[in-house]
Amino acid sequence: MPLIKIRDLHFNRGDKVIFAGVNIDIYRGKITAIMGPSGTGKTTLLRLIGGQLRPDKGTIEVDGQNVHELSHSELYELRKRIGMLFQSGALLTDINVFDNVAFPIREHTKLPERIIRDLVIMKLQAVGLRCAREFMPNELSGGMARRVALARAVALDPMMIMYDEPFTGQDPISMGTLVNLIHRMNKAMGLTSIVVSHDVAEAAEIADHIYLLSEGKVIEEGSPIQLKRSSSQWVQQFMQGLPDGPVPFHYPGVGFKEDLLAQEVSM
Amino acid sequence: MIEVIRKLGRWGLGAFERLGRGHLFLLQILQGVPGLFSRPSLVIQQLYSVGVLSAFLIMIAGLFVGMVLALQGYYTLVDFGAEESLGVLVSLSLVRELGPVVSGLLFAGRAGSALTAEIGLMKSTEQLSGMEMMAVDPIRRVIAPRFVAGVISMPLLAAIFSAVGIMGGALVGHELLGVDDGAFWSQMQVKTDWYDDVVNGMIKSVVFGVVVTWIALFEGYDATPTSEGVGRATTRTVVHSAFAILGLDFVLTALMFGE
Repeated sequence: MPLIKIRDLHFNRGDKVIFAGVNIDIYRGKITAIMGPSGTGKTTLLRLIGGQLRPDKGTIEVDGQNVHELSHSELYELRKRIGMLFQSGALLTDINVFDNVAFPIREHTKLPERIIRDLVIMKLQAVGLRCAREFMPNELSGGMARRVALARAVALDPMMIMYDEPFTGQDPISMGTLVNLIHRMNKAMGLTSIVVSHDVAEAAEIADHIYLLSEGKVIEEGSPIQLKRSSSQWVQQFMQGLPDGPVPFHYPGVGFKEDLLAQEVSM
Repeated sequence: MIEVIRKLGRWGLGAFERLGRGHLFLLQILQGVPGLFSRPSLVIQQLYSVGVLSAFLIMIAGLFVGMVLALQGYYTLVDFGAEESLGVLVSLSLVRELGPVVSGLLFAGRAGSALTAEIGLMKSTEQLSGMEMMAVDPIRRVIAPRFVAGVISMPLLAAIFSAVGIMGGALVGHELLGVDDGAFWSQMQVKTDWYDDVVNGMIKSVVFGVVVTWIALFEGYDATPTSEGVGRATTRTVVHSAFAILGLDFVLTALMFGE
């Protein structure tokens, strides 16, 4: 039985259709990558799973609970078992690295400071930043900030973690570190991971299963090997990063020649 | 013409929707207030940044307003030979009106704008969203302590403003203008009523504290999460707070001091 079950998900933002009948299963203990071009609603999907947004139609079940039928307190109870790594890291900027990682532990437990200290040091050791615990968030590089955010996301030993574009804007070393960390943590802690990304190589390297989203629908799903062998031109264009194909290079509109010959000047 | 009416309608609907959101937001804050009794450190932290850090500005402003009041009052009163009533004029002006109103306006400019910018930036850097996903309600953890701190700070700041202002008035009246010290203080003591003047002034400052802090926090929380959006929200806080203070001051004055 999947940990997350999404059925017939519909979601619109104003007039724009973001999801039009999406079905997704996320299995326990696996790393599932949600991929697709920018603007396909990947981050929105994570917010829907986390209950920060409400779907127009359809259901999202997490660990057997329909997220959008839960009361405020039930939703917050569920969120204690979900970790989320934001693209920006979303670290609290007025407290240092140590206090950021300790934040969820202090908020949700009554553990003595001595034990909190040990727990935080263990989490920071896991991401390689134990000795950076006195740094303030503005003293961290982008990669370090994400690793701190990862340590914070696992502070309460959640059942699952959602990663929002974890590899975007990272140098090769940071990217390699993050890929390795996500893979290692998922195994070591028995987590279920959802990685939203458009970095094909990195996501395919660690994912057990991939969903490709475009224009509000799941275009293709399967293991990384199955997707690489897919006969769909769209999938091949996306997986190989080809500039032109079913997704055209040029944004649709009037032809180039007509545009140049147009009399009217509109700015 | 139709387009103008349509725009007006859209603006009106938008304004009412925002007003509704603002009231729901206040309700959520009030629901979060009882939980703060078990964590007073959250409020104390905010009392420092909202109240203590505004105190110096309030004292300086109060001193000069009191001094100017004494100067202006003296030159009017002396024509009627009533310069000994200077203490009454200074104290009533400050305690009833200028204390709550001017300190409210300064509070909106100093603490209100800082609150909006802080909350707006927390929103734009996904800190509030991050808290939600950590199962920490940002309204209870971040907003409610700031609200309580604002409501407690404002009457205290108004009291400091009035007290320093009266001292400034006494300084100018006695040292510069030669008004009798005993007459200045004794007339003030006799004519300034505890309930009618001091308590009513305090009530005003509590109301201004609630309104300014509410506006500041809502503007930050509702800001468009971009640098431009936060900038606009900060400006709106100062402008809306000023209008609210001046409008409410008229209403409260009419209710309190009208016969």
